[in-house]
Amino acid sequence: MGMTITEKILAKAAGKKKVTPGELIDAKIDIVMCVDVTTPPAISMLVEKGMDKVFDREKIVVTPDHFQPAKDIKSAELHKRLDEWAKRHRIKHYYKIGRAGVCHALLPEQGHIRPGEVIIGPDSHTCTYGAFAAFSTGVGSTDTAAAIATGQLWFKVPASIKFVLKGSLPKGVYSKDVILAVIARIGVDGALYKAMEFTGPALTEMSMEARMTITNMAIEAGAKNGIIGFDETTKKYLDGHLRGKKNYTVYESDKDAEYKQVVEIDCSKLEPMVALPHLPSNGVPIGKCAGKAMDQAYIGSCTNGRIEDLRIAAKIFKGKKVAIRTIVVPATPVIWKQAMDEGLFDIFYDAGCVIAAPTCGACLGGFMGVLAEGEKCISTTNRNFVGRMGHPKSEVYLASPATAAASAIEGKLADPRKYM
Amino acid sequence: MAKAHVYNRDHINTDEIIPARYLNTDDEVELAKHCLEDLDPGFVNKVKKGDIIVAGEDFGCGSSREHAIWAIRAAGVQTVIAKSFARIFYRNAINNGFYIIELPKQIEKINDGDELKIDYKAGLIKNKTAGIDIKFNPLPRFALEIIEAGGLLNKLAKKSAKHICGRS
Repeated sequence: MGMTITEKILAKAAGKKKVTPGELIDAKIDIVMCVDVTTPPAISMLVEKGMDKVFDREKIVVTPDHFQPAKDIKSAELHKRLDEWAKRHRIKHYYKIGRAGVCHALLPEQGHIRPGEVIIGPDSHTCTYGAFAAFSTGVGSTDTAAAIATGQLWFKVPASIKFVLKGSLPKGVYSKDVILAVIARIGVDGALYKAMEFTGPALTEMSMEARMTITNMAIEAGAKNGIIGFDETTKKYLDGHLRGKKNYTVYESDKDAEYKQVVEIDCSKLEPMVALPHLPSNGVPIGKCAGKAMDQAYIGSCTNGRIEDLRIAAKIFKGKKVAIRTIVVPATPVIWKQAMDEGLFDIFYDAGCVIAAPTCGACLGGFMGVLAEGEKCISTTNRNFVGRMGHPKSEVYLASPATAAASAIEGKLADPRKYM
Repeated sequence: MAKAHVYNRDHINTDEIIPARYLNTDDEVELAKHCLEDLDPGFVNKVKKGDIIVAGEDFGCGSSREHAIWAIRAAGVQTVIAKSFARIFYRNAINNGFYIIELPKQIEKINDGDELKIDYKAGLIKNKTAGIDIKFNPLPRFALEIIEAGGLLNKLAKKSAKHICGRS
């Protein structure tokens, strides 16, 4: 029996020829990603246990992002703890404010993600990097502490589910709609403890930015990791972004690899999707919910805050005005600059949007767009749990940047296709 | 006496367990004040030391925030019994030395307010109110080793201490 790409990467990381689902392994970690909310507790644990060391100062990537720039005194203290630690250990890749950005957009953009490697981070959306044929998963602060000190972590090898994305995406339908449709199909625990492997012609046509939206939301189906095989598109992105070490190993699933389940999605039949409150699996086609009044639109986050997302939104906003408060958050400083240089900021400004500094911010109800009681927000983010973006009685509707932009113009959930 | 707080719902997520508006601190005592706030605002006032949370499938889904475990633990909760757990929450519990109980079936035999006594070694929940015993599968051995060491870092600290002793 052959192995899946996930099994092959984990076998290599564990120094084994073969691993099987359910097996417990100790795996070598290639990159530890560190952010502001969950890394300071990891640092404190290490100090407390007398283990304050780093396994490799060049394999740890640090960026404050959740509450940056600091939103209050307490978050400023978190940043201070992160900063002192990064300096104490001379962490090589430390992105301070001005270069800091939403981690899952920042790390690939800055060339820290390589195929075949194992990446962990104390943020559940760390599964994003699987778009680059890497094994990548979110963990807690204790796991992060262990990985920082030892460069190793225990894993249970996940079984895989294969998702075949057939056909071609129709106009106005994006990778966000695909992943919302997938999660609506299998549920928020449909891939619990498992690897979600994506393949198929619709995926081949997608950019790396679009693919990252898909792997980003693997956790919303309960998955351990999301993963996409290597192809020309991956190579082209890496050629343009990798810095330092340029070599990497490409693994691919064997033809006789075993899958727990194979799910086929005909992408040519998909419509723009909206996930209604309060679960990401509540996705319905826009036709079934259009017209519902909104109070805010939010375009940003590790799911949809990349340049391609901003371009899609800007195209719809061009020459129009928004009817509700609309917040645009480029995910990294590079994206911010690029959007400005391309004239997208002029379009956002003219439409009446506000443009924020790169941060996770309001996606998790932190700051820069928190909702009041009873308010509704159309958002390009990844979660719509109770109280996710603010008051426990506020509501979040998840959608693509196109649907969010169209809805911002109308002040209610709207089909983006009429603006194309 | 350990009292059961039953939330007959699936997918109770980390945003409900500890909302992100309180993530600007990792002080457990502070976090405990907001434990389950967006699910049951009255929870912190009624929970007593040693009490138990009981829930449905996929408990702890969502964010990787270990603050969820810390808030529950500091609120005095001794364990969470659920039909199933989300992956990161499960890891975080083990890594913190916090025993959780997966009970895919028979969860309906525990009602809100029931008095429970748990024998972790035997894998037995004694429901004193209902007068019944409910068996559960204890955590796997590797997890028990971490929990017995008092968490992953304690285990690693001991391991590296042994390693140093061995060399000297």
